[in-house]
Amino acid sequence: MLANYGFKDGSGDWFLVIDTDKCDGCGKCEAACPANVLEVGPDEYDPFREEPVAKVREEERKKIRYSCASCRPGYGEEPTPCVIACESGAIYHSEGWKFLYGKQ
Amino acid sequence: MAEEVREFWRWPESHWANPDIDWKQGKIITSGVDVGSVSTQAVIMVDGELYAFSSTRTGSDSPDSALKGLSIALEGTSMTADNIDYCIGTGYGRVNVPMAQQTITEIACHARGANFVYGSAVRTVMDMGGQDCKAIRCDERGKVIKFMMNDKCAAGTGRGMEVFADLIGVPVWEIGPRSFQVEKEPPMISSTCVVFAKSEVVGLLEEGEPENDIIAAYCAAMAHRIVELLNRLGVEKEFAITGGIAKNEGVVKRLEKEIDVKTMEKVWHNPEYNSRNYPFDTQIIGALGAALFAMALLERGRVKSARKA
Ligand code: SF4
Ligand code: SF4
Repeated sequence: MLANYGFKDGSGDWFLVIDTDKCDGCGKCEAACPANVLEVGPDEYDPFREEPVAKVREEERKKIRYSCASCRPGYGEEPTPCVIACESGAIYHSEGWKFLYGKQ
Repeated sequence: MAEEVREFWRWPESHWANPDIDWKQGKIITSGVDVGSVSTQAVIMVDGELYAFSSTRTGSDSPDSALKGLSIALEGTSMTADNIDYCIGTGYGRVNVPMAQQTITEIACHARGANFVYGSAVRTVMDMGGQDCKAIRCDERGKVIKFMMNDKCAAGTGRGMEVFADLIGVPVWEIGPRSFQVEKEPPMISSTCVVFAKSEVVGLLEEGEPENDIIAAYCAAMAHRIVELLNRLGVEKEFAITGGIAKNEGVVKRLEKEIDVKTMEKVWHNPEYNSRNYPFDTQIIGALGAALFAMALLERGRVKSARKA
């Protein structure tokens, strides 16, 4: 499942995407995130899944644009800490940050 | 005598019980209670068949709304809440459903419910709820494979439509039909943010713009907001809509036109349900999905029955 956490508004698409089929719930992303955006727990979108899964904390979903901004998703020199931490490549961001801040 | 205050947002509440089922003959009784920000639905299923439901307005207190919803669904039947094996809460207020053994997100429930209601051909589900809208892709079993929600503001939501109905003084169920009573389609209003749309609508009213044109302009704007989210998700056929706004043709028809995809006909996939005239209600799909999950979890032995009587 591609879980898109965040929102879309007039200024762009602000989503952190977790590919739950690739995620094994190891928790490395949660530990690496400096802003405490991520957590690992039961899959809220698939009650039959037994393995825990990474997700964006509920209270972060409406402000993800600002929470993730300091990591410069998609336009910084380095990938974001969560993306570096995830060995299975289950995390990525939508283009909002890159389009709005990337060319400055 | 005091003049009655007309509340234009107030949509009709409903409840129904299936005359063809004797629940005492059933093995597994499950329920789903969907407490949304605007409306609350309770669905009861007997061995995976629709037995009863209610759709009411959410009050100021979520636990009360959930209890009221369930008791209205049980009205006129001999069943009591104690006869229910397993209850799942869903929706915005899902953590406040006192009789639920478990909660499941509305995204999972709408996909599952749409699969039952519209059939396994459904691949895209758009839930237009009271507080937010959610675009969901699912597989042939109703499992979510991708989702996206827009919960930033009330634009494109049932609450936004209610506020608009009140502002313009037209009952909410007349918005759809009246939006087509225009000479030509007016340009959509530029803002669907409830706060900004309000001042824009007031301005148009002051300028003497015909009411129906303003209604059409608002419906078009709401449809456009939903399309933006859908395009991001990618619409795959069959496409079904759930939730209260699904009943508003003024929005749905404009949405279909903009993406050039028709939504599935609002009839039961199960032909028997149609021939027996079971009421079709897009608002109960989340609660129905919750009741189906309860059934599946019991059958798989993942949870135990909590039945008291
Ligand atoms: S981009 Fe930064 S703040 Fe956002 S989830 Fe990843 S590590 Fe956390
Ligand atoms: S690091 Fe990757 S695999 Fe591990 S929990 Fe996070 S998203 Fe899942």
